[in-house]
Amino acid sequence: MENIAITQEVKPPNTSKGPVKWLQDNLFNTWYNTILTCLALVFLFFVFKGGLTWIFTQAEWEVIPANLQILMIGPYPIEQAWRIWIVLCTLFVLLGLSAGVWKGLVLRISAAIAIFGLILLLIPLDVVKNSEAEYAVLEFNFNIIYLIFLKRTWLLGGLVLFIVTFFLGRDKNVLKRWVIGGWVLSLPYTMMVLHGFGENSVSTTHWGGLFLTLVLAAAGITMCFPLGVLLALGRRSQLPAIKWVSTIYIETIRGVPLITLLIMGSVLFPIFMPGDLQLDKVLRAELALILFSAAYMAENVRGGLQAVPQGQVEAAQAVGLTYPKTMLFIVLPQALRAVIPAIVGQFISLFKDTSLVTIIGLLDLLGIARSVLANPTWQGRYIEVYLFVAAIYFVFCYAMSYVSQKIEADLGVGKH
Amino acid sequence: MRKIGFRLLVLALAFLMVLPLFADDHESILDKVKKRGKVVCGVHGGLPGFGFLGEDGKWSGFDADFGRAIAAAVLGDPDKVEFVPLNAAERFTALQTGEIDVLIRNTTWTLSRDAELSTDFAPPTFYDGQGFMLLKSLNITSIDQLAGASIGVTAGSTTELNLADTMRSLGIDFNPVVYEDIDTLYSSYDAGRVDAVTSDKSQLVARRKDLKKSDDHVILDVTISKEPLGPLTIHGDNKWNDAVSWVVYATFFAEEHKITQKNVKSLKTDNPEIKRFLGDSGEMGKKLGLPKDWAKQIIIAVGNYGEIFERNLTPIGLPRGVNKPWTQGGLLYAMPFR
Repeated sequence: MENIAITQEVKPPNTSKGPVKWLQDNLFNTWYNTILTCLALVFLFFVFKGGLTWIFTQAEWEVIPANLQILMIGPYPIEQAWRIWIVLCTLFVLLGLSAGVWKGLVLRISAAIAIFGLILLLIPLDVVKNSEAEYAVLEFNFNIIYLIFLKRTWLLGGLVLFIVTFFLGRDKNVLKRWVIGGWVLSLPYTMMVLHGFGENSVSTTHWGGLFLTLVLAAAGITMCFPLGVLLALGRRSQLPAIKWVSTIYIETIRGVPLITLLIMGSVLFPIFMPGDLQLDKVLRAELALILFSAAYMAENVRGGLQAVPQGQVEAAQAVGLTYPKTMLFIVLPQALRAVIPAIVGQFISLFKDTSLVTIIGLLDLLGIARSVLANPTWQGRYIEVYLFVAAIYFVFCYAMSYVSQKIEADLGVGKH
Repeated sequence: MRKIGFRLLVLALAFLMVLPLFADDHESILDKVKKRGKVVCGVHGGLPGFGFLGEDGKWSGFDADFGRAIAAAVLGDPDKVEFVPLNAAERFTALQTGEIDVLIRNTTWTLSRDAELSTDFAPPTFYDGQGFMLLKSLNITSIDQLAGASIGVTAGSTTELNLADTMRSLGIDFNPVVYEDIDTLYSSYDAGRVDAVTSDKSQLVARRKDLKKSDDHVILDVTISKEPLGPLTIHGDNKWNDAVSWVVYATFFAEEHKITQKNVKSLKTDNPEIKRFLGDSGEMGKKLGLPKDWAKQIIIAVGNYGEIFERNLTPIGLPRGVNKPWTQGGLLYAMPFR
């Protein structure tokens, strides 16, 4: 019997980790890479030095706290601002309940939003005005901190509500149906509270700032998704009428730039309508955004539908499921899961597209920024104002992207 | 039976569809405004000095103040006005469809706009005109000296047309540099990529403040176009147009006769015209369909023309120029209050 060496000494692969190892492997592995790294570092140093020096020493940031109110809510009357806070608190309640009921991913996302709220609570952006209407230099004394907290009682209240409702909703499966119902009703509820009735109602000509941007984006996202799914299903339908209507719709809308739709909504549409039947200006812009995004959403969803094997549908039919049930429980869950990145990408681009409403004279965040720059007091503060606006857009877009990554990881997209 | 019901339904729907055609549209906007209790005024969403959102969320600027003056005259309260920011394309549509009652948004009074669009103009509140800005060090004082210069202008505007027309009629060779965007135009000029820049003088003045060394730049004394800017109302509503026009005249009149926000309440006078103006005698307000003290309310709310100008346009560095009372050699001429 031959003696077979059953063991052979193999050097284990070098698995040492850590920043030093990573640097060695990726930035300094060859002499030319070392040179490139050094050059890039020098370049970055000068870019950052210029940028940071400007941000911290040359920029005149007082334009932001002075105009914070209009950047956030535009010409919305400040004595009616409680409406916005009520809506925010309601959302926190819904978030808290959802976090408690579903836990897991929902809890992590809600917690992230709550932590973001907490950070906002602590950022002392709204510098206190002194009697000469000049802006006091920031000093970390208790008085200012107290005043800032006073202004933010609402936000604090919202966060407290979030925590309370989280514990209330914990492990109560009965609540699931109610919470879903709450989310479905939240959009019309929000609009009603924000607009109000009777004498104290706030017409949409007073809506503006980040608030308008968020309303446009939130309503756009929640409405364009179901519409897009329906259009995608319609395009794959066996019924020629539905199929052709959906196809023509999608192709027509995709063949037209968003700005054309917005201008049509704001300039042409009112001319077609009879005198007394005028639609609200914000509503017209919102409709244009929804109709536009729905066409793109439909194509994203259709991509997902094509990825679902035909066998799934056949199997569903074999066990006797109706068409709606087949779609709702078999096909769509698989299809949507496959195209989460594309769908979230569409949401993010819709969020940024809301800034186009500036062109039809609505004062969203960007429109307000331009209005601030037209104020003789703050003329020439372009870079400060636009940087601030860009930072806000980035925070929201990145948040959406982050949530989508978490959902993907949770569903194991791309892994199994 | 079912068929008859269906026919009735169709008839009813058809009736509903033609109903708007019979709607009574002859009610003047003046009456609508009184009923509604507020004036809806279209303004520019962000034009330095003329219309912008103040830090407190209230609209400010020269145009916005005239909107307040109308509210003060018609409703006795300058705050009973709702401002709607509009862009250049939709401003006339908004007026035609009744979304706004009056448009005060830097709109030049031209023949085409008066005749073709269904709009009527009220007296201009600001006489603007196209001018040139360039470096002081070039020592240029007249257009002739601009021969061979590169001149920056925004694309597709009447400004571009005016420039070409003027230069052609004077036989001057020049090099137009056309920009799509206003901000790019001025940053290029600031960087020295064009010798001069042309636009409405109010814009040149406002933009000069943003240049790196604003004192090194000069605005030429010549004006190559007329840009009378004023309020607009919908075509055919004479009652409303009269009210808006006389609100403008009232601000002119007050400056002419030195009636100011401060002295209007305690003013004692024997001048019969001023008495009529203040509503102490005569029935000027009634004739216009306005309250007796309508003009007084305007002055209490926003002051006379000079005060409105100094509050909004002097801070951005605009000189009065021709926007002075006719008694001082300007163009502001109030029709007589009698």
